[in-house]
This record gives sequence, C-alpha cells and structure tokens, in this order.
Amino acid sequence: MAKQGNRKNVKLKFDTQWKYAAAPETPDHIILADKYDLFINGKFTPPQSKKYFDTINPAKETRIASVAEAGQADVDVAVSAARNAYNKVWSKMPARERGKYIYRIARLMQERARELAIIESIDGGKPIRESRDIDVPLAAAHFFYYAGWADKLDYALPGMKAEPMGVAGQIIPWNFPLLMAAWKIAPALACGNTVVLKPAETTPLTALKLAEIIRDADLPPGVVNIITGAGATGAAIVNHPGVDKIAFTGSTDIGKVIQRALAGTSKKFTLELGGKAANIIFEDAAIDQAVEGIVNGIFFNQGHVCCAGSRLFVQESIASTLLRKLKDRMETLVVGDPLDKNTDIGAINSREQLNKIKSLVKIGINEGGECYQSSCSVPSKGFWFRPTIFTNVAQSSKIVQEEIFGPVLAIQTFRTVEEAIEKANNTPYGLSGGVWTDKGSKVFKVTSKIKAGVVWANTFNKFDPTSPFGGFKESGMGREGGMHGLSAYLK
Amino acid sequence: MEVKEKNKKTFQQSNQNGHSANGSTVNNKRIPVLKTYKLYINGQFPRTESGRYYKLTGHDGKVIANICRGSRKDFREAVVAARKAQEGWQKKSAFNKSQILYRIAETLETRKAQFKETLIIQGYEPHQAEQEVYAAIDMLVYYAGWCDKYQQVFSSVNPVESSYFNFSFPEPTGVISSIASPLSGLISLVTAIAPAMAGGNAIIVLAAEKYPLTAIDFAEVLNASDVPGGVVNIITGHSKELHSHFSSHMDVNAMVYCGSNSEELKTIQTNAALNVKRVVVVKDIYVESPYRIMELQEVKTTWHPVGV
Repeated sequence: MAKQGNRKNVKLKFDTQWKYAAAPETPDHIILADKYDLFINGKFTPPQSKKYFDTINPAKETRIASVAEAGQADVDVAVSAARNAYNKVWSKMPARERGKYIYRIARLMQERARELAIIESIDGGKPIRESRDIDVPLAAAHFFYYAGWADKLDYALPGMKAEPMGVAGQIIPWNFPLLMAAWKIAPALACGNTVVLKPAETTPLTALKLAEIIRDADLPPGVVNIITGAGATGAAIVNHPGVDKIAFTGSTDIGKVIQRALAGTSKKFTLELGGKAANIIFEDAAIDQAVEGIVNGIFFNQGHVCCAGSRLFVQESIASTLLRKLKDRMETLVVGDPLDKNTDIGAINSREQLNKIKSLVKIGINEGGECYQSSCSVPSKGFWFRPTIFTNVAQSSKIVQEEIFGPVLAIQTFRTVEEAIEKANNTPYGLSGGVWTDKGSKVFKVTSKIKAGVVWANTFNKFDPTSPFGGFKESGMGREGGMHGLSAYLK
Repeated sequence: MEVKEKNKKTFQQSNQNGHSANGSTVNNKRIPVLKTYKLYINGQFPRTESGRYYKLTGHDGKVIANICRGSRKDFREAVVAARKAQEGWQKKSAFNKSQILYRIAETLETRKAQFKETLIIQGYEPHQAEQEVYAAIDMLVYYAGWCDKYQQVFSSVNPVESSYFNFSFPEPTGVISSIASPLSGLISLVTAIAPAMAGGNAIIVLAAEKYPLTAIDFAEVLNASDVPGGVVNIITGHSKELHSHFSSHMDVNAMVYCGSNSEELKTIQTNAALNVKRVVVVKDIYVESPYRIMELQEVKTTWHPVGV
C-alpha cells in the first residue's frame, strides 16, 4: 500500500505543468452561404414549405446559416425526381459508367477535404483532428471503394442476379454527418439505386456541400437528392409510397418507430441503431495500450458514437492500477475549440444532447455511482461536457443499461472470463465490443462469444470501407461497408 | 398444394388393412391403437398446459384426432428451452451439425411409408404425399450439406487500409420463432426448420393447423436423430391466436412467416419492432437456397492488430 501511495505522489501533472499554445485551423477560406435550399433534381431549389431553420455552431452558440425545411410537397418532388432518374437514366446506364460517376465524387471530396473537415467541425463540434483525419478521408474512401463495385456486383452475391431496389430513402444522424452520407449514398449508387437523403437537422452543412460536389461531378439530375429537415421530413420519406427501401442510422427508439411504420408495406429496410458496447480489459493486457483504447473508445467524437465502448469491464486484479492510469490520462485530454488541432474533445453537438447527458449523469449519481470528472477547464460559451467516468455501478444501473451518447464511461470489474462475457452480453444492444489481452487464444474465444457485429481486439473504434459494420439484436439489422454492405441495396 | 377434403380418410379406414367391416360384427376386427398427439418442447412431448384441444376431422366429419391447441404459455416455455439449447447447438462443430441434419433425413427415409400414409389421412393424394415426403428428405440432405459450407461462401477477409487482420463471418441470429405454411404437411416444417438449424439457431415452429399429425410425427423423427432437446420445438394450434405472441416475445431474435395472411403479417411486423426482431417472409416453401440460411445470420467483423 505504501508503495502505491508513493507512486501516486510522483505522477506527472500534465494538466498544470504543460500548456499547449493554441493551434487553430483557419476557417477564413471557407465560403458558406447565408441560406441553403434543397438539392432536388440536380438543382438547389427553394422549399415549397417556404420554411427555413438555423444551424448553429455548438462551440459558440452562434448561427451559421439558414437551411430549408422540406415539407411533404418537397419530399414528393424529391422522390419523383429520384424515381424518374432511376427509370430513365440510372438503371439503364452501363454499370461501368455508373462507377465512373462515383469515382468522380470520391476525387472531388478529396480535393475539397480541408474545406469539408472545417465545416464538419464548425457545424457539428467535433475536433478538427478527427474530421480531418477520420471523417472526411473515410467518406471519400467509401465512395472510392463502392465505385469499383458498380460493374462487379454479380460476384458479390453468388448464385443471384444482382438487381437494384429502386429509390432509396436514407436518414442519417448528426454524429458523423458526412461519413454517414457516404456510407449511405455510395453503396446505393453502386448498386444502381437512386437516393433521397436527409441529413440531421443540427448538422446539414457537409451534406449540402456534398450536394455541390455531386452537382459538380455532373451526376444525372435526380440520382441523388439531398433534402434537409427534422423528424417530420424523415417521417415523410419513410412513409412515402414511392420509396422502395429505407436506410436509417440513429437511435434505437426511432429505429423501432420506423420498423413499425414500415409494417405491412413492401419496403425493405436496414437499421443502424444504438449501442452500449463492452470494452473488456483482461489482467494480461498491455495496460498502457488498453488505457489508450479505453480513451479512444469512449471519448472519441465526444462519445457521440453508436459503437462507443461505454461499458468498461476490468479484471479485478488490475482494476486499481488501471483506474489510476485512466484518471491520469483523462487529465491530459484537451477539451475546447473544435478547430484547434490540439483539441481531443470538442463541443457537444447540441443543447438538447447536452441536457440528455447531464440528466443521465445526474441519475447515475443518484443511483449511487461514484462520478469522476477530469479537472479541465471548458469555454464559457458553447456546449461542453468534461470526460467523465463512473465506478460503483451495477448491471442494473441506468447508466449501464442506457446509451448516453456522450463522454461518460461506466466501469465495472470481473473475475473470470465467463463472468466478463456474461456481463458484456447482458444488454439488448449488440453493435460492438472490445477485448484487451496479450493471449491470442483468449482473444478468439472472447471475440467469438460477444454478441455484436463488430469486435475489436486490442484496439477500438476502427473503421474501413472494406469492413462491414452493423448490429446484432436491438442495435439494428443489415450491414454497411464491405461486400456485405451491398446486399442492403440489392434485391 | 391445397388438398381436397374428399381425399381425406379417417384413421379407422386406413387401419382396417382391407378387412372390411360391414358394421354388424365387430368380433374379428382388430381395434387399432390411436395415438395421442402432444407438443414437442425441450426434447419432450408434453400436453398443452392450457388443456385445450381442437378436433382434426376427416371429410366424413369423423374425428381423426384431438390436437393440442397450444397456448402462449406453451410458446413461452418453448422459447426458454430454445434459448437454453441455442448456444450449445451453435457451439457444435459444423461437421457435427451437418451429420445431425443428415441423420434426420436418414430417419425420415426409413419412415417414409408412415409419413406418406399420415399425409393421405390428412387429405393428400397418394402421389402428392409421396412427392412431399421425398422432397422433404432431399431438402434435409440439401441443408445438411450447407452446414459446413455457407460460412466459407459468405465470409470475407477484408483488406483494410490500416495494419489489422480483419475478417467477417456469419453467426446465428439466435432464437427463431416460425409459423409454418398452412398449405403443406411436411415441407412446411422442413423449410421452417432446416435452414435455421443449419445456421446454428434454435427454433420454435407453429405447425400447419390442418396438418398437425405429420408435425408431431416429425418431432419424433427429430427426437430419434440426435437433435439436442430444445433446438427444435414444435407447437400445434391456431396461427390466428398465436402469431401475435410469436412476434412480440422479447427473447426471440427473428421470426419466419410462411403464411399468406396479410393481416397476420402486418401484426407480426409491427410487433417485431418491440425488440428489432428480424422478420423473414417465405413465399415459396419449396425454394432451396443458402440465402435461406443467411436470412437468419448476423455478420460479425473482428479486428486484430498485426504487429509485435
């Protein structure tokens, strides 16, 4: 005990000793309009609803631009544009030519990568390091990957003739706005479908920039339609009789509403829903690497990640050491300006989300959880939440059961492999999981027993266009990415 | 292949072995032993806990048998059994699963005369009955063969950009509830059971209301073919009553509907949203395809670092 006490005394105090000089990305070359219309049939068109809403910068609480709110009439026009483009152009075009259009999109995105990354960080609050190094390059890579599939589809589903579904209605969330648009649009187009896509109301800008790119790529009008709006617009897409397939990424609650709405119709659907992933650390893991993995698992993108490692399970024998190291590491995390290249954790996406996180953390404390937060300072304006961990929680605690979608980690311990697996699977979700151990055979045993669509061994939150992603159980159905992602858009 | 009422024979008729009785003297006539038809849950044959029954009658109105009218509680018990059995079934080697499915085909082959006769009793024409039994046996052999192959066809090693070994392969969805097609006496069951089983799932099937005899006879075949208890559970009863329970149970991961009632299907699809249940609609029960297996699979992707 005395020894441990000593160690505590000599810990490095990064937070107070070393300050980073600000290193902001300059946004002065970014051109944003004051008002954005709907992208329908290849043109930006004012909404028939005549309504607009503001999108704000969550780090400053300032208005960035007004964005059109698509009503029922606008959805009708978008769907019929997509239908027309499907019947007359896209389904008739040689697959190879279709592919070349998609390659163009990928290339134009790469050319405008810097601009897209900055807008993503301004509109959504995520650190520029992430939008620059992950969101934007991955989005472009997705288009590049699926472009090549367009004329090779008959190899994807052995024994079946690959046929498109028709018009795909796609609804995406605010946590990875551009990347999710890419995950949805790229495979749909490669498979020969046309698209009506709705970005989230708090983060519409990069999707509208993507609309510009699609226009500049000279895609036939109506092949991709991007319409902005909130829940009502999404519902109009889901319920539209002219849509053949719905692809949704978002919360499990809304996913269930959509599944119910589609009952009794002939529409196909894929759902990418919530998660509460277990990140399991065994005593034989490389502990410093594991700490990095835990931090990446829960604090990546402010924890606004459906596959976040939000439940940590630590083998009892290393729990105190790991906890100490984790707290030390949390102290070094820089929370603040999303455009600063030093920033690890940016702004919470919206006030609504911030309130949700706060209320769940309050419940966690009221239920007896022990709450620890990093001591970092946060800007006075904007939506912020310090990196937070909870110990002394039970399987039944609300913060262990429910998806928080914020930088909040619930920590529990275990003794045996079997106990870890049982606790990990004790959730209605099944999107992802993590396993940390130096023993290869243990990796294979545990990864094969975790009921989740993506399992990371000795790493976390890694994505790739070639790698299928999607959930078991209440985390959704269908896969996005890789060869398996094609079947979501083929009959 | 709806069969005509007029073809139905009663048990009494089919068990008379040609020794006709003109009704006046019963002394020389062998009285056949009638079978009690029960449910098949957890590898056992319990009566329905509800104590309810429905009559299966021949075209002449004579009772063929009293059939258990399974209840919600029977179904729930079957789900518990299936959940308990599923992991063990999934864990069995693919080769072993393949042999067990093949064993079912073997057992059915040796009993084909019995099944043919029972189908005729339930209204099949003799040649239809024969075709149905042969098709069922062959379908079992077909899916037995897929047990250790579909993973290879539908798996992938993914060439990710970063330094990871990344692969995707199918895993069973879990516990499956299934409503068999009302239009067939044996293929309806095999098509509901074999692909799900080949993929490592555990199943609860509601047998076709008009063909409960072959369903329970088939349960006996399963029971005699090394199928672990609980992996397949067969319930007899009314689709009208049970489809909402089959689709609303929170510990069922997917549901297969082979019926054609659009009202029932809508209820099923609506209830399925309670726990994001997958709903598979089988339109042609005679189709044999590995995609029938894949409908009840979840693709898992695993990332392993490459390095030292």
